[in-house]
Amino acid sequence: MLIYALVVLIFLFTVAPFCWLIISSISIKTELLSVPPHWIPKNPTLRSYKEIIFGGVRTTRAARYFKQAVGNSIIVAGSVTALCLVIGSVASYSFTRLRFRGRRSLLLMILATQMIPAVGIIIPIYVIMMNLHLLDTHLGLFVTYSSFVLPLMIWIMMGYFQTIPIDIEDAARMDGCSRLGALVRVVLPLAAPGLAATGIFAFIVAWNEFFFALILTETATKTLPVLISEFSTKFGADYVMMSTGGVLASLPPVILALTFQRFIIKGLTGGAIKG
Amino acid sequence: MKRWLTSPAGTGYFLVLPSLIVIFGIIIWPILYSIYISLHQLYLVHPGKFPFVGLENYLKILQSRVFWAAVGRTFYFTGASVGVAIIIGLGIALVLNQDFKGRAFMRGLIILPWALSSVVNGMMWKWIYDGSYGALNGLLLQLGWIDSYKVWLANPRAAMNFVIVAEIWKETPVGVLFILAALQTIPSSLYQAAKVDGAGAWRRFRYITLPLLKHIILLLIVIKSVWAVRDSFDIVYMITRGGPAESTQVVTFYAYLTTFKFLRFGYGAALSYLITLIILVFAVVYMRLVYTETLYAEAI
Repeated sequence: MLIYALVVLIFLFTVAPFCWLIISSISIKTELLSVPPHWIPKNPTLRSYKEIIFGGVRTTRAARYFKQAVGNSIIVAGSVTALCLVIGSVASYSFTRLRFRGRRSLLLMILATQMIPAVGIIIPIYVIMMNLHLLDTHLGLFVTYSSFVLPLMIWIMMGYFQTIPIDIEDAARMDGCSRLGALVRVVLPLAAPGLAATGIFAFIVAWNEFFFALILTETATKTLPVLISEFSTKFGADYVMMSTGGVLASLPPVILALTFQRFIIKGLTGGAIKG
Repeated sequence: MKRWLTSPAGTGYFLVLPSLIVIFGIIIWPILYSIYISLHQLYLVHPGKFPFVGLENYLKILQSRVFWAAVGRTFYFTGASVGVAIIIGLGIALVLNQDFKGRAFMRGLIILPWALSSVVNGMMWKWIYDGSYGALNGLLLQLGWIDSYKVWLANPRAAMNFVIVAEIWKETPVGVLFILAALQTIPSSLYQAAKVDGAGAWRRFRYITLPLLKHIILLLIVIKSVWAVRDSFDIVYMITRGGPAESTQVVTFYAYLTTFKFLRFGYGAALSYLITLIILVFAVVYMRLVYTETLYAEAI
């Protein structure tokens, strides 16, 4: 019985804060701002969702910004995921299966880049992007994000490539496939579930990134996290609207993470657990 | 030439080249460029002026009390958030490793805080802590623990701890998932043998579970410390912006203010270089652990 009491505690710890955000987003202001607040709203409403998505009397501007930010986030996170899947998967395969000089030190160096804090490279990146006129562009964000998502993906995908028996690849090459042919026709399809999982992982990381976006964007390419961070200053302290924005911005990563949890857990822990 | 390209080495280089260009172009090159900037005085408000000042920026920083105070806060933030998150994570993992109904569901759900962005996480907790309408005030009032609403984040002594709680909540799942994965690799025969020998639950935990978890916990401490320093900016930016009275100004936030608010790029570059050096100490430890402890050991 004790175990179920503990499980309930863990359940509350995990969901209570986010549930409060959801409740705040469907409450009406007077209920939310009463002392103490109504934990269960008497008149739940989806009005704020309607307003933020379609625009309302007071919120046309907010709705316009929100849509733009959603578009920017999709473009950046989507393109980063696509590029990293293509060039990251072949690099990862190469590190797993092929022997070449400098392979080990390159791999360690790639791993080490993951440790470099964003603040350590933001200044030169800012100066470089300024000189190339890439500030406040999708391309600038895309390139920057790719550089820190790639090492992560190469590292995670190595775990998947290691599980594919080398015999299968050898058999394909006996049948006349070139090395690259065997990679494209045999190995990559077998690794597809792993690649998909890694892609989802990359998408979540890119979708949620804040620091680079804060510095490198101004008006045109603000991503969702940057917009959310400005909500209180830009649109006044409207807690219902703020919560709604937070919930909406969390939907893609939360849904992806809960749906593909098995893969993501494997990806997160794969590199760290022996066999 | 063609033969070399189809050899394992040739193909190997060919396949890693695109990734290397992106990674090294956007990380290694800026890191080197950053050293160059840090040896100069660069105010963005005075374009065209870029005098060489040698190590002056570094010397100024090392003599600055604001810097050392920020470093101290960063260590406190990192130590407290990583330590508590791992202890809670260990507890949760041990529970989720037992047999109970709905175990698969709970194991999946536990990932939720990780999936939220640091921005939404920060906004959410700031709203919970709110001094006029926050859920924390409402809850404590109903429980009778406080007589009236309190402005929690206005207290310079306590503000950092509230920031840390928010960070712990978001960072706990990673610890749970790592420890849970490690727990599942411990053969149950070990526990059965210990039971036969009359070892109680505590002794089984102390002498079987804990020693076998030692490596994974060590790994977690190192990697999560690196992440905590890195992520400290987001959470501080969202909840307190360094205040009140600089009491939550961690070193990443200080570097941001110096560079992008006061536009002192040279000084900021030197500052961020020092932060990178601090993190690299952890990184070296991490690499050694990864190299010796994981399934990639043979691969590397």
